[in-house]
Amino acid sequence: MLIVSGLACSRGERRLFADVGFSLDAGEWLHVQGENGAGKTSLMRLLVGLSPADAGEVRWRGEPTPCLEFRRDLVYLGHHAAVKEDLTPLENLRLSAALDGIALDERDALAALIRLGLRGREDLPVRVLSAGQKRRVLLARLLTRPAVLWVLDEAFNALDVAAVKLLGELIAEHLAHGGMAVLTSHQPLPVPGGRTLVL
Amino acid sequence: MSAFLATVRRDLLLALRRKSEVLTAVFFFVIVTSLFPLGIGPEPVLLKKIAPGILWVAALLATLLGLPRLFAADHGDGTLEQMALSPSPLGLLVAGKILAHWLLCGLPLVLLAPVLGLQFDLDASALGILTLALLLGTPLLSLIGAIGAALTLGVRGGGVLLALLVLPLYIPALIFGAGAVEAHIAGLEVGGHLSLLAAMLVLAAFFAPWATTAALRIALE
Repeated sequence: MLIVSGLACSRGERRLFADVGFSLDAGEWLHVQGENGAGKTSLMRLLVGLSPADAGEVRWRGEPTPCLEFRRDLVYLGHHAAVKEDLTPLENLRLSAALDGIALDERDALAALIRLGLRGREDLPVRVLSAGQKRRVLLARLLTRPAVLWVLDEAFNALDVAAVKLLGELIAEHLAHGGMAVLTSHQPLPVPGGRTLVL
Repeated sequence: MSAFLATVRRDLLLALRRKSEVLTAVFFFVIVTSLFPLGIGPEPVLLKKIAPGILWVAALLATLLGLPRLFAADHGDGTLEQMALSPSPLGLLVAGKILAHWLLCGLPLVLLAPVLGLQFDLDASALGILTLALLLGTPLLSLIGAIGAALTLGVRGGGVLLALLVLPLYIPALIFGAGAVEAHIAGLEVGGHLSLLAAMLVLAAFFAPWATTAALRIALE
């Protein structure tokens, strides 16, 4: 369903990668590996359509991206915390859902936060939470936003052992329901199966 | 449409949590416009003559104060990326942000202007025209400013560049906005000035979110 072919990217004069191609079907996931500066984040950004590729294309359900259907089916979590420090986790979740045009009621948002181990923190400003907890607030979006393709860039950063295990479970559940995922990480991932792409 | 309103609500809520940023611009407007009557002294004829220009220039600079922060925070913490990838059109979300900026940085100026105008010995009808002109003009300032804010996003020393970029574009609004009040004081018809302001506002409301969106996409690359 996701077909990537011939992607190339350069930064200035330096060619980061060329002719990267892969395809993903329901229930499959891809682990993108590479040393620092190999272009993992650049590949992720090309994939989701944040930056234009030098060459190549990304097709989603046969259509070239970026298209509305792709954006509707996609959740991208990047390096940034992408949460508002002055808002509470609950407000963050509900407002980001509202920006995506999804009505998220308080109960569902709260359930997602509890699943990610933020019980009792839902009404504190995100500012006072630790880096790992901020990351968990962001990850809660995986539960509240119905999407088929998860693109997670270094999603395991700043997470403790329990959270890494939890995220592994979430990804496995997602894949079992016919989802797809593209992940970058330097550590071995606690998710069975999956292919590896080395940049 | 719900995404548009959600953006407005979100930005207003954020401003509520960080009041100082909004109050800075409003206080700047109050202080600057109050310094002139104090500095020039009690000369009603002169004050009345310079009032429209002073109030408009102060409004222009006060709007400019808040502009660098319009997208910088969202860009810094990655929420702008999420907006760009959202199923809702980015242009709609950007329009929501611009409206929120006007509600926070423009509308207070419009509401304060009649009070501050009293210091310049403007009569009630001139104050009415001033308020009306600002009501048409300040959204225009926010719309034009948003394009500049998006173009200078992530640029080092972007604040100064933003002023250089945006202030020349504010000139038409300044001329017709201040001109309306001056014309009224001189006993002339003000319909033409206000119509031109309104026409510019309509034009900007249509094109500015689109141009801002294009600039933001470039900044995100």
